[in-house]
Amino acid sequence: MIPLSWYLMLAAGLFSVGLFGVLARKNAVAILMGVELMLNAVNVNLVAFWRYRTPEVIAGQAFAIIVFAVAAAEVAVGLALIISIYRRRNTVVADEIDMLKL
Amino acid sequence: MATETIIWLIPLPPLLAFFLIVLFTNRSKWLSHTVAIGAALLSWLGSMIVFFRALAVEHFGEHIFASSIPWLATGETQFRIGVQIDPLSAATLFFVAWTVLMIFLYSVGYHNFGQPKGDHDRPGLQPHGATVSDAHGHTHTVPSIEPMYSRFFAFIGLFAFGMYTLVVSDNLLTLFVGWEIMGLCSYLLIGFWYAKPTARAAMIKAFITTRVGDMFMLLGLAYLYSQTGTLNYREIFYNQEVLNHLAETPSVIVGLSTAGLIGILLFFGTIGKSAQWPLHVWLPDAMEGPTPVSAMIHAATMVSAGVYFAIRIFPLVSAGSEHGMTSVMSVMAFIGAFTALFAATIALAQNDIKRVLAYSTISQLGYMIAALGIGAYVAAAFHLITHAFFKALLFLGSGSVIHGMEHGVLHTGSHIDPQDMFNMGGLRKKMPVTFWTFLIGGFALSGFPLVTAGFWSKDEILADAWGHGHFLVFATLALAALLTAFYTMRQITLTFFGEPRTEAAHHAQETPWTMTLPLAILAVFSVAAGWVGVPEHFPGLGGLLPNWFHGFVGGTLLEHPEAVAFNAVPLLTSLVVALGGLYLGWLVYRGTTAGAQDPIQKAVPGLHRVLKNKYYFDELYDRIFVQPAYWLAESFTSAWMDRGVIDGFLHWVAMVSGIIGNALRNYIDKPVINGIIGDGTANVVRKFGFTLRGIQTGRIQQYMIGALVTLIFFSALFYYLIFIP
Amino acid sequence: MTALQVVFLIIAVVTLGAALMVVTTRNLVHAALWLVVTLFGVAVLYVLLDAGFLAVAQVIIYIGAIAILFIFAVMLTRRVASDNIPQTNNNWGWAALVAVVFLGGLAWVLRPWQGFSTQASELSSRADPLRELGQALVSPNAYVIPFEVASVLLLAALIGAIMVAWERK
Repeated sequence: MIPLSWYLMLAAGLFSVGLFGVLARKNAVAILMGVELMLNAVNVNLVAFWRYRTPEVIAGQAFAIIVFAVAAAEVAVGLALIISIYRRRNTVVADEIDMLKL
Repeated sequence: MATETIIWLIPLPPLLAFFLIVLFTNRSKWLSHTVAIGAALLSWLGSMIVFFRALAVEHFGEHIFASSIPWLATGETQFRIGVQIDPLSAATLFFVAWTVLMIFLYSVGYHNFGQPKGDHDRPGLQPHGATVSDAHGHTHTVPSIEPMYSRFFAFIGLFAFGMYTLVVSDNLLTLFVGWEIMGLCSYLLIGFWYAKPTARAAMIKAFITTRVGDMFMLLGLAYLYSQTGTLNYREIFYNQEVLNHLAETPSVIVGLSTAGLIGILLFFGTIGKSAQWPLHVWLPDAMEGPTPVSAMIHAATMVSAGVYFAIRIFPLVSAGSEHGMTSVMSVMAFIGAFTALFAATIALAQNDIKRVLAYSTISQLGYMIAALGIGAYVAAAFHLITHAFFKALLFLGSGSVIHGMEHGVLHTGSHIDPQDMFNMGGLRKKMPVTFWTFLIGGFALSGFPLVTAGFWSKDEILADAWGHGHFLVFATLALAALLTAFYTMRQITLTFFGEPRTEAAHHAQETPWTMTLPLAILAVFSVAAGWVGVPEHFPGLGGLLPNWFHGFVGGTLLEHPEAVAFNAVPLLTSLVVALGGLYLGWLVYRGTTAGAQDPIQKAVPGLHRVLKNKYYFDELYDRIFVQPAYWLAESFTSAWMDRGVIDGFLHWVAMVSGIIGNALRNYIDKPVINGIIGDGTANVVRKFGFTLRGIQTGRIQQYMIGALVTLIFFSALFYYLIFIP
Repeated sequence: MTALQVVFLIIAVVTLGAALMVVTTRNLVHAALWLVVTLFGVAVLYVLLDAGFLAVAQVIIYIGAIAILFIFAVMLTRRVASDNIPQTNNNWGWAALVAVVFLGGLAWVLRPWQGFSTQASELSSRADPLRELGQALVSPNAYVIPFEVASVLLLAALIGAIMVAWERK
């Protein structure tokens, strides 16, 4: 059988990859893709724990459903923002969107 | 008004006049002299009232007027100051009041009140004449008014205050106060014309020479106070126990009792103030001052104060030996007699009319001191009073002569010295009042028999000397009297007799009433003052007039001195020397023509030169005292100590301060404080700022990386710190 | 090694590989497509974990909506001649380090935990995860409020996205 650790490590790996994508990609859309990867890793983690630790309580899956919803909302808004910024500044390179700089 | 109150008030009007003139009336000449003469009048009035009241008291010596107030509490004793009028001070008050008033009045005319302002007159210089033009357009020069007119009256007012204070005082301390005030005024008035270099030199010389005497006097006062605990006359001079105690305790000098040492120290004050040898050098130079000053200060009052003081301390000086001579008295007799002769010889060779009188004053003061030295108390006081009158008269007369001469000098425009007797001559016709009064004064000085005051007082001194066996003193004084008569007649002959020797003398003019009136009044006194002291046993006149003076002033002492018995020798001697001297003087000088040489100079040129140069005493003192003092001041103190040591030290301090300052600036201030703390802080902050600014890129990914790194670090930290243990 | 484990490994490799491709490929459209693959892999994992509903939901929501949205966004924000330049920024070193450390850290922390190697327990036959999930999501005693709030959130996101991306004329 598959030990829990395998799932957890898979989730961790997916999370790390997503983290790398967030931190290292230029394109803002690519960054959001990384965010999606991380969210998926979280979901995998949640479901794995549900299945292996408390399968009789449905809370794990409910949590995962909520995460789905939030992820979707977040992607929608994020991409809307990116498109808006693209229209204003004609760029989607994260490094060029540095209006927070002093 | 109570007599004591009047006595307290006598010195005050002149002091008030001084302040009023200095503070308020300086601008107005008329107001200043009115204030001054008014003050002198008030003091005169007070003095006359006191004097006549004193006369009315029986045995005044025992019932004196005295009043004192507690002044200073010193530990257990109480220092009192007060006033006292006993017979001696009453008589002194009389002549001081009269001479002061006369001289104040005389000064109005002397300083040419009413005359126009001079052409080139400046304060500090003698007035030099003003050109006026009369109705026809002729211009001629007339004497001009003194520019510092008010200042003069202020100073003589202050001086009068000093003299009155000295006379009415009841203790030696206030006497000393008056003494010093007069010393100050003498200094100020000798140098009245301060722009003249000779006047400046003379004022300093007078002050310093009398200072030498005053210093010893102060030592004597201190010594006396330490021995007796008081300086009051009544408690010392009239207290037989105190006197005996002082006379018996030996002092620090072997062979001299305390009384003797104190007496000698105090006597030094008199030597200085009354210009006795060896401190005589200042008085002739003091003639640089205006003539009223010479008359008042240097003839009638200030130098008389020295003798008054000596008479005052006579009980102390004579303590210890009953009717004999103590060592102090011997010193006094020697110095007095020596000075009398010494000054008389110098007077023979002087040509300046005032210098002759100055040396004459020194000589006559010597008489008085010699009289005290031989114990002739009453005679000394008598001569003091008569001398004040006729010497004041002579000086004022000489001032009148000089004024007349100056008038002539200005009129003719010549540049001769108006004070040189060899430029005068024949003035008896031009200035009659001056002539007659001067003649009376001169005869009084020479001791012209019977009708002049000087005869009676001088005769009494000679009688006392002979009668008590002091033959050396007698001979010296007799010789001095001969010389006195001689040079007096020389002076009168050269000035008034014969024909005018210069144009200026030809145009001399009599002086105004403000000057001749005092001369007349003083002449009266010069004649009459002697008649109060006619000795009892005098042939013929004796007994007609009581010897009031002897009885009155003699009562000042504890033991009434007895009058000396009559002896023909001193009387004959004084007649011979007086009349003989006068005759000789007239004989030698009556034919002096213009430009002629002094007959004495022709006869004994070497001796004459020595006499004219005053035995070179001034040069001697210059060598011994003045030059070394200058050297000390310049080379030692000024150059080496002041500039070298003290300034050098200060330069060194300045240099060290500079070095420290620079070091602090360059090594601490600039690098540390400015650099590290000041600029350094700013630089560090800037660098930090620059560096830290780099963090804010505005790039979110970099922010996230930073956050995650921090998170990992802290997670690891907490994990290992908290979860593992 | 059981068949299940082999299957798991294959799925894991596919998923992770696709994820790596997502974050490294230069072409963004390719990245979006690789993302689709990854999401599929995750859906299969859900199946393995007996969360069938979630697998289907994953496919529908993530792949059907989100991934398409990504493709739209990529298309809408295309720049000219930008397909061959490296897509990693200057900090990729630090990012890699952080990612690796994270992974390592997680592994390190999890290992001592005794629950790490548990095996899956048998599901009780009575259990019907789907029905339970449905009831949980609408039951007042359970998770209806998060459910409703999530709905409101979606609404807000919807309106927000429209407002943000509205093109002002």
